[in-house]
Amino acid sequence: MAEEEETELSDDQKKGIAKWFLVNAPAGEIQYVSKDLKLVLNDDDVYNEAASEAFPVYNKSHLISLKMPGGFGDVLVTSYGELQDNEYLDPKTAQVAIVDHVKQACTKVRPATDEELPSAYVEEYRCALEAEILKYVAEAYPKGSSSVYCTNGKDVEEPGSDFDLVVVIAAARLSPQNFCNGSWRTIWNIEFKDDIQKLELNGKLLVGAHYFEEGNVQLDTKHECRDSTMFQSPDDTAISVANLIRRHETAYMASLEESYFKLSDNTFKDLRRKLPITRTLFPWRSTRQFSLKREISEELGIGK
Amino acid sequence: MEAAMGLMRRMPPRHSETALSALLSLLPHNSSDLLSQVDLPLQVLSDDDSGKRFILCEYNRDADSYRSPWSNKYHPRLEDAPYPSSKLRQLEIEANDIFTVYCDQYYEGGISSVYMWEDDNEGFVACFLKDGSKTGQGRRGYLEEGTWDAIHVIEVGPEEETTRYCLTSTVMLSLTTDDVSSGTFSLSGSIRRQMNMNLPVADGHLCNMGKMIEEMEGKLRNSLDQVYFGKTREMVCTLRPPSEVLPMRLPDS
Repeated sequence: MAEEEETELSDDQKKGIAKWFLVNAPAGEIQYVSKDLKLVLNDDDVYNEAASEAFPVYNKSHLISLKMPGGFGDVLVTSYGELQDNEYLDPKTAQVAIVDHVKQACTKVRPATDEELPSAYVEEYRCALEAEILKYVAEAYPKGSSSVYCTNGKDVEEPGSDFDLVVVIAAARLSPQNFCNGSWRTIWNIEFKDDIQKLELNGKLLVGAHYFEEGNVQLDTKHECRDSTMFQSPDDTAISVANLIRRHETAYMASLEESYFKLSDNTFKDLRRKLPITRTLFPWRSTRQFSLKREISEELGIGK
Repeated sequence: MEAAMGLMRRMPPRHSETALSALLSLLPHNSSDLLSQVDLPLQVLSDDDSGKRFILCEYNRDADSYRSPWSNKYHPRLEDAPYPSSKLRQLEIEANDIFTVYCDQYYEGGISSVYMWEDDNEGFVACFLKDGSKTGQGRRGYLEEGTWDAIHVIEVGPEEETTRYCLTSTVMLSLTTDDVSSGTFSLSGSIRRQMNMNLPVADGHLCNMGKMIEEMEGKLRNSLDQVYFGKTREMVCTLRPPSEVLPMRLPDS
């Protein structure tokens, strides 16, 4: 139908498009997207370049969890734990995972060096908090992963300076055979402010779901919240932060339920009535066409 | 093409336009397939003559112009453009009038349009479209918005005593709330279903098509309820089961 001139796309343009598709894949679906994309793109060189740039972005933003060889458990791929392009610290085990982003697998593991780990002082806080968070995640999420990283001030040796920790929680549920996938990600940035002896927390909660049987329906939610608590001993601080997080996340879950209820009960029902006001189906008539409108209008009592 | 449709099923619905442009530039040879199979949120234009609005879609487009079902003219003006035959145009006019009444009854608002054209098999194709959204404002700072766009394409077989009607319906539904205290919540996307029936032509095409659409929309409304509010919510509850009170830990001191 359209006889447009065929402007051939440059490799760079094709790469940009390929990256866009990969990065926008829903949780757990990048491999499927990449299969379809390869067919559509029909250019392996461009695809490989795009993949090498897009996969790390996707993996970090989705906080994917990879199994480490050697029985060390799982490592979370996040920008907070990134030491180099494909090296990710697992603070729990003090191991560094070497990751192949495109294959989404951990290929090797090595112990972390002292420079890569926080000081003993900071580590006390980090470790205590991580232990509490692990307990919380195990209770609240059937299949959740979490890590606590030091994002600032990792060399602080003693009280007197500020430092920052970040708590990362990720849970994904992948059910491609049921055409449904979902993910829950929360990131809590915690600033330990030594001078005022307080902790400032900033939480970002992201929930998503994708249903794709005979269609494409996606849930996309985001919420940010703040809170604060006292700067105490590592164990007490850990307990109070974990309680705070637990409280906010539970409240958010409740507010999600409420949003569902409100939308379903109000907005959705308002969009289309089950039946017209007459409480009968629309009176399509089995008569010839041309007087149809007049007859229907009369029947419905619409003035014309 | 199948791979392209696969990609469309996975990209976030709010990015459908971007995804489609990207695919069109990667697969210029498949542009007419892509344009007719991918549904984007509906857009409207105002008819110059009557001021009435009409919906834009692939089925009333030629080059960059769109034909209004009210005046039967292309906007912007176009030479040598395709039009339905005068007999079909009569049916189209009637369909537009009746579909407007139908939509008013069920949707209490919104814009509708119907386009028809002859196909290669001595039958014709009719496309019924409905576009509309509702916004609600609750307490201060809270916004709720819902959009329901529907596209029904019916292929009508050659006229025999019992004629074949093939209906493909797509509903694009988008529900969002934006609240200062609970953040953004967006449920959007589309679902598509098909239905084929053989009906007596003596009952009239409009009557047959109308009944099919009505039945389909009723079924879709239920499916939408199940999928949007059922399945996605089930997934969220699986990720993090809502609990009344999770045990709080007390400090040992």
